Amino acid sequence: MALPPLDSPQWHTSFRAFLWGARSIGATVLTLVLFATYLGIGALAHDSGFSLGWTLASTAFVWAGPAQIIVITTLGSGATVLQSAIAVTVSAIRLFPMVVSVLPMMRTEQTKRRHLILVAHLTAVTLWVECFRFLPQVPRNRRIAFIHGLGCGLVTVCLIANTIGYMLAANLTPLFAAGMLMLTPLAFLFSTARNCRELADVIALVLGLLLFPLAAMLNSGVDILVSGVVAGTIAYGVHRARAGIVGARA
Amino acid sequence: MSGFIGDWHALAILFVAGVIPNQIWRMLGLWFGGGIDENSELLVWVRAVATAILAGIIAQIVVQPPGALASVPDWLRYGAVAAGFVVFMLARKSIFAGVIAGEIVMIAGKYWLG
Repeated sequence: MALPPLDSPQWHTSFRAFLWGARSIGATVLTLVLFATYLGIGALAHDSGFSLGWTLASTAFVWAGPAQIIVITTLGSGATVLQSAIAVTVSAIRLFPMVVSVLPMMRTEQTKRRHLILVAHLTAVTLWVECFRFLPQVPRNRRIAFIHGLGCGLVTVCLIANTIGYMLAANLTPLFAAGMLMLTPLAFLFSTARNCRELADVIALVLGLLLFPLAAMLNSGVDILVSGVVAGTIAYGVHRARAGIVGARA
Repeated sequence: MSGFIGDWHALAILFVAGVIPNQIWRMLGLWFGGGIDENSELLVWVRAVATAILAGIIAQIVVQPPGALASVPDWLRYGAVAAGFVVFMLARKSIFAGVIAGEIVMIAGKYWLG
């Protein structure tokens, strides 16, 4: 699907721009990945004992796959609310730089901060990636409407996927139910691997995978935080050391 | 409707444990975003920790599997992830190809084991 040219009358109203945004969910393979991920989250929530309404509320109001999985797995395995909240908030720090880098792409002189609240809410890794791809093809004064359309379209797809995953987990044979639960780690592993831009990201991913089983032996209730901070800091240290070597050579 | 929502207590916990600690960073980005350099050292560290936390969650689901996934033997779950990763790399980092390959290996393996 191609978007209309920048000077097309299609961009004259915000409503049309919203519809073009919503239609653009059909133009990206990431929609399929999101669908699979949220199918898995629906199944995970079912098997962890949460209601369907709770699951849909978590998708609509949290709108961040990792945070949702942390809440479901930690609360489901008996962690306290505080432990879950800490793990969620650390995982969500990455949203800060995403929001910071996305908003300037759609700001105009007339834009007030409140116009950007929904865009900030909708910002997550998929939308963030798609902004860089789609927005250059959208006139600046219609970008907020376009992103509202794209974001609401993606949320709708995920709510449907949640419902299907939840229903299927309740009714599938154990074999296929296991397959649905496996969608989450696979989809997250590969989308994270794809997003690795620098050596620090690669090291953080690999060490994070390897250190978790060790941290889990501590049985601290915040094992994910322990392995995450340790692995992330080592990765950052390697990044610094490497920058130092390159800097010394230059 | 009580079956759909479940208990309201769980919904309240969702907001305290999930919604607020997550949204706070988006709203901080909205309010204070202007002055922060996306490539600053602090954000490199934050991104590395966030990536490692995500990796930890992936590992947790595979190592300490919930629900029906626990019926699949350890070696088969690890093998499925490894096979998916190989296909992901061979298919020029196609997320979709990797996911499908991992699923096929796990489901076929489990079916074969009976």
